[in-house]
Amino acid sequence: MTTISVCIGSACHKRGSYAVLNRFKALAAEKGVSEKVTVAPAFCLGECKNGVTVKVDEKLFLGMTEESAEDVFNRYVLPKLG
Amino acid sequence: MALLFDTHVQKMKYNVLREVAKLAYSDELTSAKLMEVSKTIIPDGKPMFRCCIYKERAIINERVGMALGGEEDGTVVSVLPIACDECPVDGIQVSAACRGCLAHRCMDNCPKDAISIVNHRAVIDKEKCVECGRCMAVCPYSAIVKHTRPCVNACKPKAIHIDPETQKAVINKEKCISCGACVYQCPFGAITDKSSITQVISLIRNSHDNKEYHVYAVVAPSMASQYPNAVPEQVVAGIRRLGFHAVVEAAWGADMVAWLEAQELAEKGFLTSSCCPAFVSYIEKNFPSLVPNISHNLSPMAQIAKWLHETDPSCHVVFIGPCIAKKAETKYTKTKEFVDYTITFEEMQAMFSARGIDVTKMEKAELDNASFFGRIFARCGGLATAVEQALREQGVTPEEFTLKATSCNGIAECRTALLKAQKGVLPENFIEGMACEGGCIGGPACLSHSSKNAAQVDAYGRSSMEQTISDAIGVLRLNETANH
Repeated sequence: MTTISVCIGSACHKRGSYAVLNRFKALAAEKGVSEKVTVAPAFCLGECKNGVTVKVDEKLFLGMTEESAEDVFNRYVLPKLG
Repeated sequence: MALLFDTHVQKMKYNVLREVAKLAYSDELTSAKLMEVSKTIIPDGKPMFRCCIYKERAIINERVGMALGGEEDGTVVSVLPIACDECPVDGIQVSAACRGCLAHRCMDNCPKDAISIVNHRAVIDKEKCVECGRCMAVCPYSAIVKHTRPCVNACKPKAIHIDPETQKAVINKEKCISCGACVYQCPFGAITDKSSITQVISLIRNSHDNKEYHVYAVVAPSMASQYPNAVPEQVVAGIRRLGFHAVVEAAWGADMVAWLEAQELAEKGFLTSSCCPAFVSYIEKNFPSLVPNISHNLSPMAQIAKWLHETDPSCHVVFIGPCIAKKAETKYTKTKEFVDYTITFEEMQAMFSARGIDVTKMEKAELDNASFFGRIFARCGGLATAVEQALREQGVTPEEFTLKATSCNGIAECRTALLKAQKGVLPENFIEGMACEGGCIGGPACLSHSSKNAAQVDAYGRSSMEQTISDAIGVLRLNETANH
C-alpha cells in the first residue's frame, strides 16, 4: 500500500491543498488503483513556505498544484505499484 | 506594549506564571529556586496590598503552588485561604448617607418591620431582616447598601459560601462548574485556577523539536481579540515559536460540531449545546432531568483533537483558550482521550514572556482552515448561527425542521431557559448555552475583555478562505472515508 499524504495545514490549505488532494483521489480512481493507494490529509509536513507539500510514502514533493499532481502520480506513484 | 491585562489581579498571576515558566525552561524547578520567586516579585520595601511584604510573599508562594498545578482534588479552581481578605459579609446596611428623613420609606416598605428610626437614623434589626432589598430600592438617598462578597456575587451556581469560623470563602465542589467567574471577579486574586504550564513546557521539550512526537496547539477563535496591537497571524507565529509542531484552529472543530449538531437536532427535535463545558456541568448538577437533551457531540476542541489523533497517531494536543472550565473538561471528561493539557491565554502570554517572544513584533504565520461560522463560536449567538447555516447546507427544509434557537448569555440566562425547558414551556427548540457573558470572548482568562472583541472575532471570521461549513470540513470527512 502506498500512501499519498497531502498537507492541509493552514499555509498549504491557502495555496489550494484541497484541490490537490481531490486530484490525487481522482487520479487513483481513473487509473484503477484506488485499492493500492491511500490518499489522506496530513497536518504540517514542515515546509510551510514551499507548499502545497505532498509526501508519497517517505518522499517529499514541494510546490504541488492540481496540475502537477498527474505528473507526480505517473512518475512516482504508478511505478511503486508495480 | 499597551496594558496587557484588564486587571492587576491577572497581572500578578501572570508574573508568577512567567517566573515559573522561566524556571521550567531552564530546568531549575527546584524548591530553592521556587522560593526565590516571591522575592523577585515582591522586592524588599513597603507592602503594596497587604499588611507586610512577608504576607505578600507567602501569598506568592501559594500562587507558585497553583502555577505548578496545585493539589489534585478533582477541581481546577481553588481558594487561596491566606489571600482571601475576609471581605465584609454583613448584608444590607444603613450607610452614613442616611438622613433620618420624615418620609422614611425604608421603614414603611419593609415587609418584616425590621427597620426603626433611632437617633435620626434608620436601624435594621438583623434578626428580622430577610435581605429582600426593598428598603434599598426606595431610599431617595441611596443610603442603604448591600455588602456581598464579589466572589459570592460572581458565582451564579451559588457554589461559594463563607466559612462562619474563618470568614474565608469556600467553594462547594458539588456545585462548582469551574466557569472561573470568581477567579476573574475576586479583587484580591484569592481564587485562582490550577495551571498545567510546566507539564506543557516538558511535553514540548521532551519532543526534541517534534522529532519524538508532534505537539499540536489547538487555539480558540477568541484568540483574535486578545492583543490590541497584534494581528491573529502574529499570535500564531508566536505559538509556533514556543515549539509547537503546528497550530490548528479549534474553530475548525466548531465547523464540524455545527454540522453534527444540526443533524442531531433535526433528528431529536430539541437539544442543549455541548460546546461550553461549564454550561454542560451546570445542567448535570442542577437540571439532571435535562441531561438526555445535552448534545452528544464532543466540544469543538475535542472534536478537532480527535481528528488530529486519527490523522497523526504520534500527536499530542494542547488547547489554548480563554477558558478555565476547559481545564476541567480536559482533566475529568472523555475529552482527556484527545487533549493532553489546556492552558489559558494568560498562561500562553507567560510562556511568550519567558521565551522573550513579543507577538507585536512577530512575522505573520498562516492560520486558515475554519469557516466564518466555526470562528464566530467565540461569541454568544455564533453557535446558533452556525447550526442554522449547517441545516441550510444540509438541505433540511422548513417542513422537516425549523430552528428556533435561544442564545443564552451567561449562567443567569441559561438558568431561565433551562427552568422553562424543564417545565416544558420553552418556545425554542435549541438552547445555546454560554456560561460566560458575551460567550468565550468574555472568558475569565482572556487578556482583554473589551466591548470591541465581538466585532474583532467577526472580522477574523470574515477573513476565512472557506465560505461554507461544508467546504471547511470537506477534507475532514474525506479523511473519515479514507479510514473506512
